[in-house]
Amino acid sequence: MAAAAAEQLRESFSTGRTRPAAWREAQLRGVLRMATEMETEICDALHADLAKPRTESYVQEISQVKSSCKFALKNLKKWMKPQKVSAGVLTFPSTARIAAEPLGVVLVISAWNYPFLLSVDPVIGAIAAGNAVVLKPSEIAPATSALLADLLPRFVDGSCIKVAEGGVPETTALLEQKWGKIFYTGNGKVGRIVLSLAAKHLTPVVLELGGKCPVVVDSNVDAHVAAKRIAVGKWGCNNGQACVAPDFIITTNSFAPKLVESLEKVLLKFYGKDPLQSPDLSQIVNSNHFNRLSRLMDEEMVSDKVVFGGQRDELQLKISPTLLLDVPLDSAIMKEEIFGPLLPIITVDKIHESFALINSMTKPLAAYLFTKDSTLQDQFENGISAGATIINDTSIHLTNLHLPFGGVGESGMGAYHGTFSFEAFSHKKAILARCFIGETKARYPPYTPEKLKIVKGVLKGNLLAMIQAISGCPRGA
Amino acid sequence: MAVVAELGETVSKLRQAYESSRTRSLAWRQAQLRGLLRLLKEQQETAFEALHEDLGKHRAEAYRDEVGLLMKSANEALRQLGKWMTPEKVWVPLVAFPATGQIVPEPLGVILIFACWNVPLGLSLEPLIGAIAAGNAVALKPSELSPCTAKFLAENVGKYMDAAAVKVVQGGPEVGEQLMEHRWDKVLFTGSPRVGRAVMAAASKHLTPVALELGGKCPCIFDMMSSARELQIAVNRIVGAKWSCCAGQACLAIDYLLVEERYLPVLLKVLKSTMKRFFSDADAMARIVSARHFERLRNLLKDREVAPSILHGGSMDAENLYIEPTILLNPPLDSAIMTEEIFGPLLPIITLKKIEDSIAFVRAMPKPLALYAFTGDAKLRRRIVEETSSGSVTFNDAVVQYAIDALPFGGVGQSGSGQYHGKYSFEMFSHKKAVMKRGYLIELTLRYPPWNERKIALMRHLYRFDYFGFVLCFLGLRR
Repeated sequence: MAAAAAEQLRESFSTGRTRPAAWREAQLRGVLRMATEMETEICDALHADLAKPRTESYVQEISQVKSSCKFALKNLKKWMKPQKVSAGVLTFPSTARIAAEPLGVVLVISAWNYPFLLSVDPVIGAIAAGNAVVLKPSEIAPATSALLADLLPRFVDGSCIKVAEGGVPETTALLEQKWGKIFYTGNGKVGRIVLSLAAKHLTPVVLELGGKCPVVVDSNVDAHVAAKRIAVGKWGCNNGQACVAPDFIITTNSFAPKLVESLEKVLLKFYGKDPLQSPDLSQIVNSNHFNRLSRLMDEEMVSDKVVFGGQRDELQLKISPTLLLDVPLDSAIMKEEIFGPLLPIITVDKIHESFALINSMTKPLAAYLFTKDSTLQDQFENGISAGATIINDTSIHLTNLHLPFGGVGESGMGAYHGTFSFEAFSHKKAILARCFIGETKARYPPYTPEKLKIVKGVLKGNLLAMIQAISGCPRGA
Repeated sequence: MAVVAELGETVSKLRQAYESSRTRSLAWRQAQLRGLLRLLKEQQETAFEALHEDLGKHRAEAYRDEVGLLMKSANEALRQLGKWMTPEKVWVPLVAFPATGQIVPEPLGVILIFACWNVPLGLSLEPLIGAIAAGNAVALKPSELSPCTAKFLAENVGKYMDAAAVKVVQGGPEVGEQLMEHRWDKVLFTGSPRVGRAVMAAASKHLTPVALELGGKCPCIFDMMSSARELQIAVNRIVGAKWSCCAGQACLAIDYLLVEERYLPVLLKVLKSTMKRFFSDADAMARIVSARHFERLRNLLKDREVAPSILHGGSMDAENLYIEPTILLNPPLDSAIMTEEIFGPLLPIITLKKIEDSIAFVRAMPKPLALYAFTGDAKLRRRIVEETSSGSVTFNDAVVQYAIDALPFGGVGQSGSGQYHGKYSFEMFSHKKAVMKRGYLIELTLRYPPWNERKIALMRHLYRFDYFGFVLCFLGLRR
């Protein structure tokens, strides 16, 4: 089935159907219409899968998809235009340009936490770049997966854009085919499998993975504002189930009480006295993850560090926003990506000590710092490697389509959003056009010292040598 | 066992060097590039000798294709480095005010470069220039099939550059495998697709990103030339691009030629006379790198279905690893010589009824690293660019695109992934970090829960950058 789909798309692609700007624009408009007209259905599916509050569904998924479409539509002609570059004097006279071409048929594998966004956003990039696409939505968000399988064919060209639903066997079958590119969003374990299967066909990949996104909070900031921005980035993003959600906080011993107090106040305001009843909090996606998070909280040496929250409702798969203070660094909650509503706060004596702790872990998708000290900001930027570093806020960089979104090291390879999406799914073909004016005999054997002298001169940019070269010196050879 | 331990130590020393931040400063990067330039200048004769020992490469070829180009690249990197390192400011929406956005290039960390034997200096040092310019620590693994050049690099790189952060590792495939057991921040591999697969598979264990410069069968589409002069120039360039490039052992060398059958006699005549003129001296062409490759090429010709198609040349000297420049006419398309990358001095010519048929012919093959076309027909040129896919396309010449810094060098599909040269080298070994800074001046509470319809409405306006609508909505004058 996977092989048949791939083959069919290859045929569609080879007809050249996906190449013209008109086709690409039509598909992008189709996606835009889908996100606009089907807003209610999409929100319903996201609610069914994740109890995702309607605001999050609109702001973080639908709105983002619409922005992506519009950005692509606006810039498409510019992206598709070959870029003239200087051929330099070496091959004078000649013209050189770089033209973007599609990779062919590409595979997009999506994740369950932002099942609509992480499916459609990469597909937008693939379409803009002129590829045919197979989209494999996550089976862990089944309502959204079914919705995409139903909706996409109604709004875009089904001969070139297909949705393939299924679980592990179907995904593996897809990964065994040959693709122009594979775009995977998910975790590092499966990321490794994707990379090793891609190796068989030498398929290039983009891996959008996760990590533990640290938040360093300095004592010179307004605790209340910092707490709000952290809270919305943590619990306002799918209840912490987001790759860029703050994973843990590092702050000073002296500031921690104030920060905890502010966080508690903010959480009360956001979610009320009984957060498990709040409609603004997403559920945990399934019982697997619910149990995983429960285990993190219940681990010995960790369970007594809970200072706020910790309520659970297994039937509803809800866990309330939970703060933990100074859990042991070798506990599971500090070793694995949490991906849930638990927020450990680690205290240090001096804020600079946070750098060593962060650098002892693998590179995260995002690293956050709250401070007014510009020296500390510079040190953070230079000393911490991450997909992105954000100062005085969390997660907002996702909405800025001029910034590349992607990881480094364990948090991934490759990037997308905006122009980077187009580039992720394109091959930049170098095109050089020469003519027959001027013939550089010095290039060819039989080699003589005179010829070598001219070649040396040309490579060094020596004007006289170039003139000699073009005019066919040395004579007689 | 000793080798394994030694390699492990090399890797950890490089990581220590990188983590000490010594490779980050502009000064350090410039010092390495200058060191490299001094190496190429002062040790030029030794380099030529090594290349001649390994491949019988004439010093003219060695300078033109390796040493000279490297010096040009290093100088270019020195000139542009400050610009490449400068963060790029990006637009930030008003709604985030006050805020700044930047894309900041940072080094990936510790890089591993595998070089191939055919351009052993170039394929080691050109990526090294990029990796250093990007501020990384680097391990260089030259090919054991070019041992003199490997030794040359091992002896000189540490002397002219920072030996703590730039190391040369010698050895064969086992050493390569051992190196891949470690985690790298990026690996660049130049070589065959077969080994490329193994490198990528090994890299997957550590999620190491990989760039692959592989080969392919670079076709040359040869259309009618409009004058005898142009025909001669074209043939000069073709002959140069085949046999003057390490005897055809180059990923960019012309692999096979496509020409209209009625034009064949004219082409053949000029081809033969040019070949004779260029290669009157056996010294003018490099030799085959090893007995194994010699055998491989001999077998391509010995194939019973192929041997009758040999039109010119074909003689071989096993002792000196020399194969005469050879032309074949229409060998069977399913023979090894037409399905594998030749990487040698054998040139099959395939005739077609119409030159336009070459497009379908090329499309039926895996995507090559380069596609060449000698034609003045603008329509054909446009069709070639739009209907075929390759790492690069060059019209009316071949191989020279390699020397142009502004053009990215790399393959697509089976010919590889990732591009370098010029600023692309810098980017290949960098991570483009997104950086946003906000202030505390303005706080938009509509971001925060508890959420309601009004907040959603406000956000709708903001996300469309409809600030006027936003204000009206905020004031309650519009929904």
